[in-house]
Parts: sequence; structure tokens; C-alpha cells
Amino acid sequence: MGHVSSDIIAVRWYGGNTPLKPSFCFCYAPFHRRENPHRFPTRSSPSTPMANPSSWISHVEAFVDDSALPNQKLASVDAIAALVKKDLLTLETLVREMELYLTTPDHIIRSRGTILLAEVLTRIMGKSLNASTIGSLVEFFTSRLADWQALCGALIGCLALLRRKDIVGMVKGGDAKRLAKSFLKNVQVQSLAVDDRKRCFEVLQCLLDTFPENMVTLGDDLVYGICDAIDEEKDPRCLLLTFHLVETLVQLFPDPHGFVADFANDLFEILGRYFPVYFTHQRSDDLGITRDELSGALMRAFCSTPYFEPLAVPLLLEKLSSSLPLAKLDSLRYLNDCISCYGAVRMMKYAETVWSALKDTIFSFSTRDLSLPSTVESVREMEPLGAQIAKAALNCLRTALSELNYPNAKPFLSLIVEDEDIEKAFNFVSGEGCYPVPSKESQSQLYALGSILSTSSKVSSDCCDRIFQKFFTPLMDMLGVSPSSTVDAFNAKSYSFLKAVSFGAIYICVELLSACRDLTLSTEVLPQQVILLHDEWFCLFKRFATPLTYSLGSMVATPDSSILVNEDHRHEVVGYAVKGLQVLTTFPECYSPISQDAYKDTLAILVNIITDIPGDSYVWRLSLNALIQIGLFIDKFNDSQKAICYREFVVQRILLWVSLDDSSVRFAQKLESVYEIGMTGREYMLAVTQWLEQAIFAKILEACVNCNFSSAEILLSMLKCYSHQVLPWFHKANSFDEVAMPFAINVWKLMGDNNAFNVNFKDQVVLDTIMMTMKLVVSGCTEENQVLIVQKGYTILLSTRSLFSEEKLAAYTALNSEGSESAPDSVCLACKDEWLISLFSSVLIALRPRTPIPDVKLILKLLMFFSLKGHVPATQALASMINKWPESRNETEESNVCSFEEAIELIFEMDLSSLIYSCPFRKLRDLTSNEEINLLFLKNDDKPFLIHALEGLTWIGKGLLMRGHEKVKEIVMLFMKCLLSNQDEIIKARQDGSADQYSFLARSAADAFHILLCDSDECLNKRFHATIKPLYKQRFFSSIIMVLLSSIKESDSKRTRAVLFRAFGHVISNTPLAAVVMHANKVLPPLLDALSVLTSDAMDKDLIYSLLMLLSGILMDDSGKEAVMNNIHLIIGHLTRLISYPHMMIVRETAIQCLVAMSGLPHARIYPMRPQVLRAVSNALDDRKRTVRLEAVKCHQAWSSIASRSLHF
Amino acid sequence: MTPGLINANPVVHAKKERVARSDDLHADDAVDALDVFDSVRDIRDPEHPYSLEQLSVLSEDSITVDEKLGRILITFTPTVQHCSMATVIGLCLRLKLMCCFPPHFKVDINVSPGSHANEESVNKQLNDKERVAAALENPNLRQLVEECLLSNEL
Repeated sequence: MGHVSSDIIAVRWYGGNTPLKPSFCFCYAPFHRRENPHRFPTRSSPSTPMANPSSWISHVEAFVDDSALPNQKLASVDAIAALVKKDLLTLETLVREMELYLTTPDHIIRSRGTILLAEVLTRIMGKSLNASTIGSLVEFFTSRLADWQALCGALIGCLALLRRKDIVGMVKGGDAKRLAKSFLKNVQVQSLAVDDRKRCFEVLQCLLDTFPENMVTLGDDLVYGICDAIDEEKDPRCLLLTFHLVETLVQLFPDPHGFVADFANDLFEILGRYFPVYFTHQRSDDLGITRDELSGALMRAFCSTPYFEPLAVPLLLEKLSSSLPLAKLDSLRYLNDCISCYGAVRMMKYAETVWSALKDTIFSFSTRDLSLPSTVESVREMEPLGAQIAKAALNCLRTALSELNYPNAKPFLSLIVEDEDIEKAFNFVSGEGCYPVPSKESQSQLYALGSILSTSSKVSSDCCDRIFQKFFTPLMDMLGVSPSSTVDAFNAKSYSFLKAVSFGAIYICVELLSACRDLTLSTEVLPQQVILLHDEWFCLFKRFATPLTYSLGSMVATPDSSILVNEDHRHEVVGYAVKGLQVLTTFPECYSPISQDAYKDTLAILVNIITDIPGDSYVWRLSLNALIQIGLFIDKFNDSQKAICYREFVVQRILLWVSLDDSSVRFAQKLESVYEIGMTGREYMLAVTQWLEQAIFAKILEACVNCNFSSAEILLSMLKCYSHQVLPWFHKANSFDEVAMPFAINVWKLMGDNNAFNVNFKDQVVLDTIMMTMKLVVSGCTEENQVLIVQKGYTILLSTRSLFSEEKLAAYTALNSEGSESAPDSVCLACKDEWLISLFSSVLIALRPRTPIPDVKLILKLLMFFSLKGHVPATQALASMINKWPESRNETEESNVCSFEEAIELIFEMDLSSLIYSCPFRKLRDLTSNEEINLLFLKNDDKPFLIHALEGLTWIGKGLLMRGHEKVKEIVMLFMKCLLSNQDEIIKARQDGSADQYSFLARSAADAFHILLCDSDECLNKRFHATIKPLYKQRFFSSIIMVLLSSIKESDSKRTRAVLFRAFGHVISNTPLAAVVMHANKVLPPLLDALSVLTSDAMDKDLIYSLLMLLSGILMDDSGKEAVMNNIHLIIGHLTRLISYPHMMIVRETAIQCLVAMSGLPHARIYPMRPQVLRAVSNALDDRKRTVRLEAVKCHQAWSSIASRSLHF
Repeated sequence: MTPGLINANPVVHAKKERVARSDDLHADDAVDALDVFDSVRDIRDPEHPYSLEQLSVLSEDSITVDEKLGRILITFTPTVQHCSMATVIGLCLRLKLMCCFPPHFKVDINVSPGSHANEESVNKQLNDKERVAAALENPNLRQLVEECLLSNEL
């Protein structure tokens, strides 16, 4: 690089008023490189021409210009950076062209020039630069640090350079050191504005992080400089940085005689002032900094070096004794971390002070919540501060116990064990016998003591040893338990308490037990934690465990009045006794303190509570929960022996109890307990399910064969439990089929058993529930299992004589050959056939689309047959089949398989002349003249076959509509035909009852639109695997709406219009609002007409309500505004009439709410209606219902305040 | 107007929680004292930014309703004996009840016995149709009353 020096520009810098020495030499190596592209292939080759200075210099001018807007400046920086990135402009050229801006004595311009250069560097951090360029730039910015008027740019530039990564070329260590020196010498951090201070700290942090070796050599200058920089900082953003800075700094000098050790006092003096962090910014503050973050950063700084110990610990202990809860909480957290960071040697001397501070805190802040069994872990923010303090104190205690065990000194634990206060508290809470109504004070003392003891024993086996030696035996004495008390004594019930049980003793005892259990459990996760079976505490514990179990058991089982003082006391004692039993039974297998027999007895005691005293809900719930916890524990630890015990002593006994007919217990309670016990493990759930299944079948027989009403009720609750709890549980456990499939098969077996299952009692609710269960069972099964279920059902169906006799079979097969003369009324469904058909239909409804169905044609005809008899499930099954029918079958043609087209043909062309005079489906389609219709009714005057046919078509239409099949149009046109035929004439022509029937037909045709578009729970939904074309409702709406509207316009008969409006109402109220609002202009007037037409009949109240909801939707929607404005008179007129709608309260309420919404429309338009509305609303003030009255008051206020200062009108 | 406030330091009481009314779908909901109280409890005092309930001018017990005869009787207690705002409060109550209840109710508004220096004349003034109508035609008074009613939470 010998030629480099030939091209040097020396730049003279001005800093403030005094010109500085020429300090920056920029080397223009690139000019030479461009001449030798082969030597420097990495640089831009001649093929990428340099940008003409005139093209970018304007950007520089724009940036430096005073009048430019901030975003213009930003754009010009971006433009220049882009040029540099693309190698169209070299940094060297940039600097040379900007020379004037960088060197001018005008400090404003100079400052802007520096910022521009720095910003460009910030934007090209990812672009690789050569070492000399970086060196020159660093040198430049280092010198600029002395120019206080242009400091901002210098800081940005330094940051951009220091943050560069090694692969793109970074600053050299020596340069960094020079930079740091210049910084420490020239920059007065605390005199700068907040943004610049922030940058300063970032520069320092960057230097410390990236060049630790070079920085160390700066020695005390660095430490002193940083102390100076961070002193008195107040901005939270900067504080976060300074805390981190201190943390990094002290880690650079770990040497005990190093500079930090000397400066520890100064540094801590600066840091200590911030403790405890007092931070008042709101959460919504844009700084995005929380108090927790600040406090955490400060804590890390505190803990960064042990040299802070003599300063920090006294401060923390002092603040711990303050009355400010936040200060207490922070002190505890800091102390906790400091103990582990500073180490035992340094902290040992504080042990006594720490202990007494912790003791005071725990005793004054312990509350019930801390120690109550099985409370849900609440979110920290939700916890009261007191509980947080107590928790932090216990945490700190735990750390102290495990850390402060210096070999030659007294361990921390001794302080606790030998503490007089603890001793006193122990004697007080447990020794004084029983206090019936414990005072608040003694209660909190009890909780504090319990938490201290249990925390201490949980730390390690050694700790546990000492605690047990000291406290366990006295406790056992108090409870009257001795190792020699025998099982027999308990069994003979001669085991008695000398005095009333001390709740305190039980509480402490249970706390200790659960601490032991946690200790043994922790060996699973912490392998270094070793517990030997001959550890003293464990031997001691084991000696007492079995008698203790029996003692606790007797407290639970025999709530003898002599040991219990009052109800509260009983709850407390029994609650903790149950918890104690639960703890004793949930030790890991190898550490189990009690014998197998005692384990079984414990389970038996708990189960006895469930079975014997279900009336005592408190104890009952407790024992059930304990049993559930035990079950979960067994499941979690895969303890096979205990699992067998549990199965035998809990699951089976509870099942036995549930099966007993014991009227004293609500069946729902029994079912609940069984289900919850079952939930603890898969095996148990299987047992429970098996029982439930058998019970369900037994009850079906009882309810339906013996007509037992009470069994029917029980059956319903069992079915509910089965379908809503058990099935979803197995679904989650991924073994749905295993349970569901046998259930379905067993149902069929039951149906097939002619002798046993002889239904002679029909309860529609029971049948519906069973059908629903069946659907759920089948819908969850896999296709293979579904095939088996259908097959089984079909076989049962075939073997049923009453359904498939020779004669009937002929009737089904003859369905499409004309002329067979079997009379329709001879087909009458027996109860059992009804069950069979219903269940078979349910299975078909729930099938997956790809599940093949045997004998499709015959089944289709069978369903058609029943469908025409008005059997709704059969109709729905038919519709489901049509809906899910695969488009084309590629499988080998079997005789019983038919294509979709064939099936459709079969249904539509089927001539049912064998059943009724005229084929409903085909004739219905072809019927043209009124005479023909008359004729139809003439022949079938008492059986509304036509209605059934219509309903069947509706469901089939729904199936077709949902899969998006064309054929639905035909069906809809048929409905239209029914709607449109002139009713007046028919009524005139026929004076007898058939006219009524005719209007019923038209009405059914109108209601068909509801079925077509509504979402049904019974069938054709996602759960039952229906084929659903997206937006099918919207499509249908836009295709039918014009037809309906023009028909309404053309029809002149009042009756026809009424049914048309009905159909129209169903269509628009079931279509998604967004689709309707698009046509608001067209829909709104007929919607209002429909409202007035339908108000006359109370039966239509639901339709009225859904129309009103639609209207309110249009009112609230912005795109409906125009239509509303055009019809304002009409809308208000109708709404005011609906205010007095007598049949439904929510209609009145909604009408008034709509009026309130309308009061927001432009005043000029609504003002004329004001008196009318106010009059109607005044009447509503006298409404029967309070909610309507309140709405009316609001509405009155809203309307009366329109364009008037007066409330009068 | 008198310079300064008539009662500069009123005693402020806590608001009672609103009782959620049970929804019986089939029975009629008769107008009762709580209904009336709910509608007037949030009226603001003419002098202070507190509601009548907070100042204990009104309570549920001071209201009686006879649905059959169609009568509402409100007895309120001004905060001080010589309160000249008593008539304004009464006027607010009357106007509010006019908006919230059907016109067939006869509304009587009285100050509670012994709570006001001019008890008799205030009662007379509040229940005189003509004087009420005249008062509401006075624009200043009207504005004052409406401002008091505006703070209503309902």
C-alpha cells in the first residue's frame, strides 16, 4: 500500500471556537483500486459506474438544510445509504464531498453533517468495509468526541462502528482503547440530554462487551469515568443501561485488589440510592419499561460482585425492616439472590440478623392462603402484597438454609431449631390443647410456624433430620400417637382421645408430613438429593406412620363430639386429617412409610365417607378430592401394586355403592363421584364405563319394558353423563373407538333380543336422548367400525318380522312399480319398530361420508317409506345419506351399490301409488291445476301424506343445498308452487275441512324454507360429518330472493301473500346478516310488510323476533344506512306498533332499542316522527315488564332531547 | 342568588350497590319503591358533584309506591334546614318521574317533617301544578334542573 499516502486530504477540524490540530487523515485508496480492478476484485468494478455527485449531493443538502421536514431528512439518508450499499458511492467520495459540512466553523451545520455521516454508517452496518476505512472513520469520530457541539453525530457514529461484526470488518482493539480514552476525557455525560446520555451508555456498554482486554488496561480511569457518568442518572431508560453497565464493569475486575474493590464504595454509593426502586410511571407509558425490569436490573448489579457485600447486606436488612411493603418485598428478593451470589463465607456473619428479620416477616405476613391445601396457583399480580412478601421470605429462608452451611460454623438451621420464639410458638399453638375459636393472631402464628417448619424440612435430608428430632415426637405425644398403639386398638374403636384434638398439632403435623413427601419426591428430579432409608428422620417417621394413619382415620371416620368443639373446628380438623391421610398415601413406592394393610385401610376409610355420609357435603367433597389425588398419583408414578389396591378398594366399592338403589343420595351426585374417580386413570375409566354401559342397558329395559318412570329419569342422567363426559374423555385419551364401538354393538344386541326387549311404552324424551347418544357414539368412530355398526343394525332390522315380512318387503320393492294395492293405513308402527327405525336412522345420520352402506337401494326405499309416514328421523337419515353420497364410486360395481344420480332418480321418480292415490313426490312436482290439488285432498282427507312428503322433500332439499347440488332448484320451485296457488279459490270451492288442510300445506311449504336454511343440531352438521359447501346460504339467498319478491308483488290474494311473507321471513332471517345488508334497499320494505302481516298470529312470535333482530342489524350496519333513510317513515311506524306487541317481551324490548338506535339518524329526517315515537314510548312506560320500562325511559330521553332544549313535546 | 354555597361541606355517603332484579319471565313486574329509587338516585345535587343518594337526601325507604291507586310519594331530606335548593331538588324529582313513569301515577313530593325551615311552603310549592309549570318555563331554572338530571347514569 505504498502508493496510498500519495492521495491524502488533510482536513482541518473546528471544535467550538478553537481550531483543533489537524487530526484526521483520510486515505483514498479506492481511486487506485479502481484503476487496478484485477488486484482488488472485491471492490466495485468499472462495470458499476460511480454515481454522479450531482445526483446525490442534493440529498446531503436536503439533510443539512434547516427547513427540510424530518421525513425528508430521513429519506435523504436512506437514499445515500442505498447508493453506498450498491457500491455506487464510496464512503471516501462521500466524506470528500462533505468536507465542508464536516469542517465548517458553523456548529449547527457541522453537527448535521456529522449526524448524516453517522446515520449512513448506521444503515450500512451489514456491508463489509476494509480495515483502513474503518480505522480512519474511528479516528475521525474519536476526535469528534471532543467537539461538544457536534457530539450527537459522533456518538451515533461511534456506536455504529463499535457494533460492527467481525465478518464485515470491525474496529481494532487499539482504536477502541483510544476511543474510550477520548470519551472518558471529553464527554461530560450527565450534562447531556436524555437521548445522548442513552447513546453514551450504549457506547460504554459496547466497549466493555466487545473489547474487555483493552478496557481492562485503562484501569482506574475507566472505573472512575464510569462512576462519574452514571452518577445522578434519573431517566428509567438510561438507568436500565447503567445498571447493566455496572454489572459488566465489575465483572471485568474480579481481582480482590483490583480497581473495583477500591471503587466498590463509590459504585455502591451510586447504586444504593436507587434501592428500593421507586417507579411511578403508569403501565401505559410509552417507555415500555416496568418497575420489575428496573428492579431486576438493579438486583443483578447488586449481586454482580461480592465486594458489595459489606455495603449491600446492611442496606437490605435495614430496608427489610421498613414499613413500606414494596421495600420489604424487594429486600427479600435481593437478599435471596445476594445470599447465593456472595457465598457462605461472606454471608455467615449475617446469619443471625437474617434469620431474625425473616422470622419477623414470616410471622407478621403469613396468611391462610399460603398454606391452604390445594389452592390454585394464582397469577402473581393478583396475589395480595402480603402473601407475596411471605412467599419471598420463605424463598429466602430456603436459600439461606441450603447456602449457609459453612463447615466450621453453626449451620443456619441451628438458629431455627434453637430459636426461643419458635419453641414458644410451637408450644403455644399445639400445646395448649384446643382453642375452639382460634384468634386471628394465634392462627397466623400457626400458619407462620407451619410454613417455617415445612420449608426447613424440605431443604435437605439433614435439615429434615433436625426438625424431626426436635418437633416430631412431641407432636405425636400431643396427638396421642405412640409407636406401640396397635391396629387392633383402632379396629375395636377403643381408640379414644383424652381431650379435644388440638387443631394446631394436626396442622403442623400435616405440614411436616407433606414436607417429607415433597422431599422424597424431589429425589426424582434432583438426583444429587439422596435419602437413605436408614436416615434418622425416616426411621422415626416410619415408626409412627402407621399408628398416625389410624389415628387420623379415626378422626375422620368417627367425628366424636368429645374431641370436637364446634362446626368450624370440626371442618378444620377433619379437613386436615383427610389431607394427612392423602399425604401418607402418596409417598413414592420405595419410601412408603405405611404398610400395605394400612394403605388399604386408609382407602377404605375414605371410601366409607363417600358411601356412608354423602349428606355431609364438606367432608364428602374432601374425601372425594383426596381419592382423586391418590388416583392421579398412582397413575403418574405407574405404581402397579397400589393400582390394584385402588381398583379393588376404591373403584369397585364405589361402583357397588352407586349401583345400590339408595334413594337418600341424589343420583347425579353418585354419578359425579364415579366419573371423577374414573378420570384418574384410563383403567379406572374403563371400569366405570363398563359399569355405566351395563347400567344404561338395565335402565333402558326397566324404563321401557316395565314402564318405570323413575328409572327413565335416572336413565336420562346416565345418558347425559355418558355422552357429554365419558365420550369426550375417551376422545381426548385417543381411545374413543374402543369404548364407543362395543356400546353401539351392544345397543343393537339389546334391540335384537326379542324376548328381553319388548317395548310397550313410548317416551319420546328417552328415545330422543338415546338417539342422540347413538349419533355421538357413531360419529366419533372410524369408518371400519362404522361399517360394522351399520351391518349389525341392518341385520337386526332384517330379522325383524314386523318390518320385513314377505308382504312388507314386497311393499318396499314395489314402491316404484305402479299398481300395487297395499293400503297405506295397514302400515302402522309398533313401538319396537319405531325404536329400531329411529336408532338405525341415527346411525345413518352420523356416518362418515366414505362409510359404505349395505343394500343401499333397499334402505333408501325403506327410509322413503317411513319418511312418507311422517317419521322425522328416517327423513333426516335420508337427507344425510343424500348429502354425503360420494360423487362417483370407483369401486367394482356391486349389485347393491348405486350412483348418486340413480339414488336421486330413485327418490324423485318413486311412485307411491301403492300407498296413496297419487304419488306425493312426483305428482307434487307435476301438479298444475287447482282441481288436481282438490282431488288430492279429496282422496286423503284424514292423513296428511302430502305434508309428510313435503317435509321429506324439505330435508332432502337441505341435504342437496348443503352439498350444492342443482336438483334443489326443482324442490324449491315445487315449494313455490305450493305457496303460489290461489287459496281463495280453493276455499271457495271446498266448503269442508280440506281447505284448512290446504292452507296447512302452504304454511308447511313456507316453513320448509326455515328448515332449508337453519342450522340443525339433529343432523346435517359438522359434528355428523355433513358435506357443507362454503357460503351455501348466501348463494341460496341471492338466487331465491328475487323470485320471492316478485311473487309477493304479483300475488293479490291476502292468504297467498301471508304465506309468501312467511317464507320470505324465514329466508332472510336465516341468512347471514352481511349478505342481507347488501340488498337492504330491496329487502327492507317487504321485511316491514312481513312484520305487520305476521303480528296477527301469536304462533309467529319467534319469527317476528328474528326479523326484528335482522332489522336492528340493518340499522346498526353502515351499508344499510341508505335503505334505512329511504324507509324511515315505514320503519318507525312499524316499530311503534311493535312496542305494544303482546306475545313476547323481547320483541317489545328490541323494538324500543331499535328506536333508540334510530334517534341517532339526521335530525331533519326524524324530527317529524318525534311526537309519534314519544307517544308510543310513553305507553311503554306502563309496560308490564321492568326491562321494557327501563328501555322505554332511555328511548324517551333519546327522542325527547332531539333538537329541543325542552323535555316536553 | 346567595353568594357562596349554602352547605359548603356536605357529608358524602357511599353509594349502595345496585340490586340486579331477578327476571321472572312469566309474571308481571309491578312498579315498586326500588324502581322509583333507581330512577332518581343518580340525580345530581344542584350544588355539589354528588348524587342525591350520596348526600343521603333520598333512600329507598323514603319512597312509597301504591300501584293499585297509582300513587308515588317521595319524601326527601335537604342537607341543611334552610336549604334554598330544596325546591330545585323537588323540581328535579318531579321532572324525572314525569319522564320515567306513566302519566297516570299521581306523584307527591314532600320534604321530610322537621327537616326544613319552611317545610310547609316548600311542600305546597312542589305540589302545585301551576307553580311547577311556571318554574319549568323559567329558562334559567330549567337549565339548572336539566343539568342535574343529565348526570344520570341510567
